[in-house]
Amino acid sequence: MTKLTPILSAHWDEKDSYTIEAYKRHGGYTASAKALAMDPDAIIQIVKDSGLRGRGGAGFPTGMKWGFIPQGDNKDHYLVVNADESEPGTCKDTPLLMANPHVLIEGCIIACHAIRAKHAFIYIRGEVTHVVRRVNQAIEDAYKAGLLGNGIDVVLHIGAGAYICGEETALLDSLEGFRGQPRLRPPFPAIAGLYARPTVVNNVESIASVPAIIANGAEWYQAMGTEKSKGATLYSLSGHVKNPGQFEAPLGITLREILELSGGIRAGHTLKFWTPGGSSTPIFTSEHLDVPLDYEGVSAAGSMLGTKALQIFDETTCVVRAVLRWTEFYKHESCGKCTPCREGTWWLVQLLRDLEAGKGTEADLAKLLDLCDNIMGRSFCALGDGATSPITSSIKYFRDEYIAHITNGGCPFDPVASTLFAGAGA
Amino acid sequence: MAFSNEDLAIMATIIKRYPRPRSAIMPLLHFVQSRDGYVTNEGIELIAQQLDLAAAEVTAVSTFYTQYKPTPVGEYHVGVCTNTLCAVMGGDAIMDALKDHLGIENDGVTTDGKVSLEHIECNAACDYAPVVMANWEFYDNQTVQSAKDLVDSMRAGNPKPPTRGPNSLVTWKQASAVLAGLNDGKANEGVQAGAPTLLGLKIAKGETK
Repeated sequence: MTKLTPILSAHWDEKDSYTIEAYKRHGGYTASAKALAMDPDAIIQIVKDSGLRGRGGAGFPTGMKWGFIPQGDNKDHYLVVNADESEPGTCKDTPLLMANPHVLIEGCIIACHAIRAKHAFIYIRGEVTHVVRRVNQAIEDAYKAGLLGNGIDVVLHIGAGAYICGEETALLDSLEGFRGQPRLRPPFPAIAGLYARPTVVNNVESIASVPAIIANGAEWYQAMGTEKSKGATLYSLSGHVKNPGQFEAPLGITLREILELSGGIRAGHTLKFWTPGGSSTPIFTSEHLDVPLDYEGVSAAGSMLGTKALQIFDETTCVVRAVLRWTEFYKHESCGKCTPCREGTWWLVQLLRDLEAGKGTEADLAKLLDLCDNIMGRSFCALGDGATSPITSSIKYFRDEYIAHITNGGCPFDPVASTLFAGAGA
Repeated sequence: MAFSNEDLAIMATIIKRYPRPRSAIMPLLHFVQSRDGYVTNEGIELIAQQLDLAAAEVTAVSTFYTQYKPTPVGEYHVGVCTNTLCAVMGGDAIMDALKDHLGIENDGVTTDGKVSLEHIECNAACDYAPVVMANWEFYDNQTVQSAKDLVDSMRAGNPKPPTRGPNSLVTWKQASAVLAGLNDGKANEGVQAGAPTLLGLKIAKGETK
């Protein structure tokens, strides 16, 4: 049985955990002091050696990303933290920042020193007022304590409701004051990012993981996880489970283990399907309970680790309804720049609405798959690709359920049965 | 509303946060909403003037993002998450019930101007589903009844406090000022975390029954 390893979450149960006093009480800002006295390249080497990979979904090695920043180029460099957490199911960075924003600021100081940047921007989504307060206060307190302002500045930038801004190049456009639309790569942000300057864009959890790595060493971090997926990470369990919540564990833990630790599926029900890392990762079923939840394990089983957002749905849930709703989301959030995504997601919604209402045909299923094929890999960013994941994976595992909607002339499920308050006299 | 000299001074400090002025468009739009309640033409013109841009350039940005409102919303703007997980777990039922209870449609505002309603996408609180937001503060684990009680409390002028947020719910305009990056001094109010956030930690520490 894999053991939970609270590192980021270790002190979240203290009432004042978000204050600078609480953070310092547990050794906060000693790692940044240590790092500032080190050669920047040595820091990059430690992060490389630790095996830390991006926790925002793609899993790119963090130290390698930092190493791509050209040195001695006499240009400004920037660190941009992606706190635009919006992928459906994903809910790790938001509670992290509410409970302990200082670990991110300390991570920013270390990362800025490593990549020779004087400026860090934290791009946070705009729909979380209280988290914005906590991060803003933490930045203010770090300035007052002299931790910022001596060569490294951190600016909080607040978004305004656009999923696409979680895509790194759209985020950069948004931060520059434009509509948030993705850029064609290359050039990659490491060469021409914010204001066309070398820029590192990292997820909140990636940067927040750095202080502990600097404090405890690469070997300590390396000792956790699996062969190619090192360290510990936050898994977010939600949906039809007895106890949802955040679980910080070594990479490679399985859903079966997390369910055993947390109390399992809600009483009297069985697991039907789940996402390993948000709605853009192909769904899994009960066949996949023992898949190691690391980058390679999930990928080998036909999905992606993504953001480790484990959304659990039991047998009361209509998979067609679930997929339609995700598809409506992608249609709404498509930025409109690339035709396959803009037009394709629109057509996907039309077909799925008909299918869910029992007005579809088997030919529509083939058409859905054909559309997905024409969207996949044909746009600047991965939003359109993500839109196809729930559709192709659900047809793969639950084709019969789509057919049942056609033969029944409607949805065979009772939506009341799947609510949290089912049976409670809603 | 006319913008005061004090407002202009605040806008100048927002612009100074960035190496390049244009980056300040988004916080300035939030700031305009904190004064006017929505993105007014006057606000657009003012931002354009401050940043040396055409009004159309500012409008192009404003219309891209759903949090910038082209028309007035309620003093308390309520968002019901109807993305898949929340929808399935009760968000759809809550949204339907609130439309009926308030007598308004999606994006509607009550005639007293107190409450507006919007179906929203995933708000990063799935372990607290179904989730309702008000002025972008968290109301976790809602039911049809608790959501109705919440909007009733708003219409009565005494809104229930957020589950994870400040001690009392601030107005839409006040929340918009926070989103412009202005500190309202309430960061230390409210819980540091809810129970689901702490579940893994409690299990690891052997503190669960």
